[in-house]
Amino acid sequence: MTEATVLHPALIMIVGALLLPLLRGAARNGAVLLIPGAALVALWLLPEGRLWQVTWLDYQLAPLAVDKLSRLFATIFLVMSIAGGLFALRQESRLEIPAAFLYAGSAIGVALAGDLITVFVFWEFMAVGSTLVLWSAGTPGAWAASRRYVMVHLAGGVILFAGVTGHLLGTGDATFTRMQPDSFAHWLILIGFLINAGAPPLSAWLPDAYPEASWSGTVFLSAFTTKTAVYVLLRGFPGTEILIWVGIFMIFYGIVYALLENDMRRILAYSIVNQVGFMVTGIGIGTEMAINGAAAHAFAHIIYKALLLMSAGAVLAATGRRKCSELGGLFHSMPLTTICGTIGALAISSFPLTSGFVSKSMVTQAAADGHLQAVWLFLAAASAGVFLHAGIKFPWFVFFQKDSGLRPADPPASMRWAMIFFAFLCIALGIWPEPLYALLPYPVDYAPYTAAHVITQLQLLLFSGLAFFVMLDYLKRTPTITLDTDWTWRVAGPTIARVAGNFWLGLRDGVGRSLASQGAALEAAVVRSRQPGGLMQRSWQTGWMALGVLVMLLGYLGFYYLG
Amino acid sequence: MTPPAYEHWLDDPRNVRKLWRGFLVILALTVIAGFFVDLHPHFQIESWFGFNAAYGFITCLLMIVGAKALGVLLKRPDSFYAEDGRDD
Repeated sequence: MTEATVLHPALIMIVGALLLPLLRGAARNGAVLLIPGAALVALWLLPEGRLWQVTWLDYQLAPLAVDKLSRLFATIFLVMSIAGGLFALRQESRLEIPAAFLYAGSAIGVALAGDLITVFVFWEFMAVGSTLVLWSAGTPGAWAASRRYVMVHLAGGVILFAGVTGHLLGTGDATFTRMQPDSFAHWLILIGFLINAGAPPLSAWLPDAYPEASWSGTVFLSAFTTKTAVYVLLRGFPGTEILIWVGIFMIFYGIVYALLENDMRRILAYSIVNQVGFMVTGIGIGTEMAINGAAAHAFAHIIYKALLLMSAGAVLAATGRRKCSELGGLFHSMPLTTICGTIGALAISSFPLTSGFVSKSMVTQAAADGHLQAVWLFLAAASAGVFLHAGIKFPWFVFFQKDSGLRPADPPASMRWAMIFFAFLCIALGIWPEPLYALLPYPVDYAPYTAAHVITQLQLLLFSGLAFFVMLDYLKRTPTITLDTDWTWRVAGPTIARVAGNFWLGLRDGVGRSLASQGAALEAAVVRSRQPGGLMQRSWQTGWMALGVLVMLLGYLGFYYLG
Repeated sequence: MTPPAYEHWLDDPRNVRKLWRGFLVILALTVIAGFFVDLHPHFQIESWFGFNAAYGFITCLLMIVGAKALGVLLKRPDSFYAEDGRDD
């Protein structure tokens, strides 16, 4: 073990998270930026390979293993931690940033894990860290949402653990490599991964829980759980065809629900599912181009989604409002937030010169290269739909549309600089994608900026923008929610449990009443037989005893011959 | 006659009209550009003139209509889950 490999970036984050609550004032603020910074340096000093090897029971574990894919994800998780920490510096809750760093550290731990057991351990830590981030919002809504959230993730963890155990029994090897969904255990692993990705049918955990966090908490939550799931799917199940269709379902589910939604951060939460759908589809296609595209898109997505949620968080912190129907006209007094939010919205829509344009198009290109016409048509429609539900809808209803009369100021410096940093990255990666392409797992043979690509993409996006404004009357926000699958565990499940409970109690009472007389007679007989002089208590004559013993011995003899 | 004072230049309806005109001109330009640039169609259907423009517009209309239809079934007042303490 050389000097560079002594430090595990995930452990730097987790130990840092535990030490942070001890610090105060400037030292604490400095540490918030230095801890992920130090972990980032440590990450880039690591060589590739299985760096830590441990034998546990009969299994070879590698808690620290580095290759291009894991370094890419660990890097963006750490960049996210720096910007998120900066954005959250003024958060009053002293729990939130340490919880977020525990959460981020665990996500990095998954990305740097060379075996399935380490993956599982950090997977569970991630559920704990993210639940703590939710708790730190301190509202009854967040508390209720966190209980539902943790139930889904603990269930996902159990399914994953069952799958990992089955895999270990079947192969005897804990190494985290490519798998096929060819056995029950591998299906369980795939399902466990997909639950965290926000895939159907449990997808509602994401838009249910994330918007309940604090104005800064949602920024952290948006980044790690789903993208860690994308990472493990990239490593474990590339080219698994069913993922194409799971991804396409997620894409359109996200668009449709976001179109109906009124809460600005829930719009963005649905669009996380939508964007992860693009990545899952890319993983399902599974060619080098598609894998590169999914990985690049995860990288770009973390940045612009965090930027969008930062601008929404700035609005929430300044106004205390979260519903589109109560917002609007904020560009008057929040110009910087408006510009940064709009840059994020353009990036998520894959506008030319933004990061989304250079990443998502690789997935679409992979579908075209593979002659998957149906998939390609779905993805093209989805690209237009992203502009519709997130690219225009979010900035339009929050910052423009009718004037709500609100005139809050732009947020304090720490929040402004976090937004400027990520807005800069959105555009820098869009103009100069080569550094990102160099980080991707396979060599990149793709030029995003061809005249044809720019023009077709502009046609697609601008005409979807036209559709938005033509249909604006139909998109007017109403103070409503749209039922999602969380209805099954928030309404249907409790109702069934209540009805079944009442039925059982009624049944017990009814049966009890109808048997009461027989029961009383039986009870009286039992009591009678045990009274002095009753059947069980009376003294027996010796002759009866001798007869009894004789009968038993005869029975024994009979059984002896039969046996 | 002096124009009425607006808090922001975007509040002036005349500027909004100008933005609309600019937007429509750009829309037209992106389609017209199809005459001059080989758009490298991947599939037969994509080689139709203005395919991406029409496809973007029509699929978005369909998605909005589809969402509205689903909304008829699934929309509820946002106090629907209020009993579990998430009334915000």
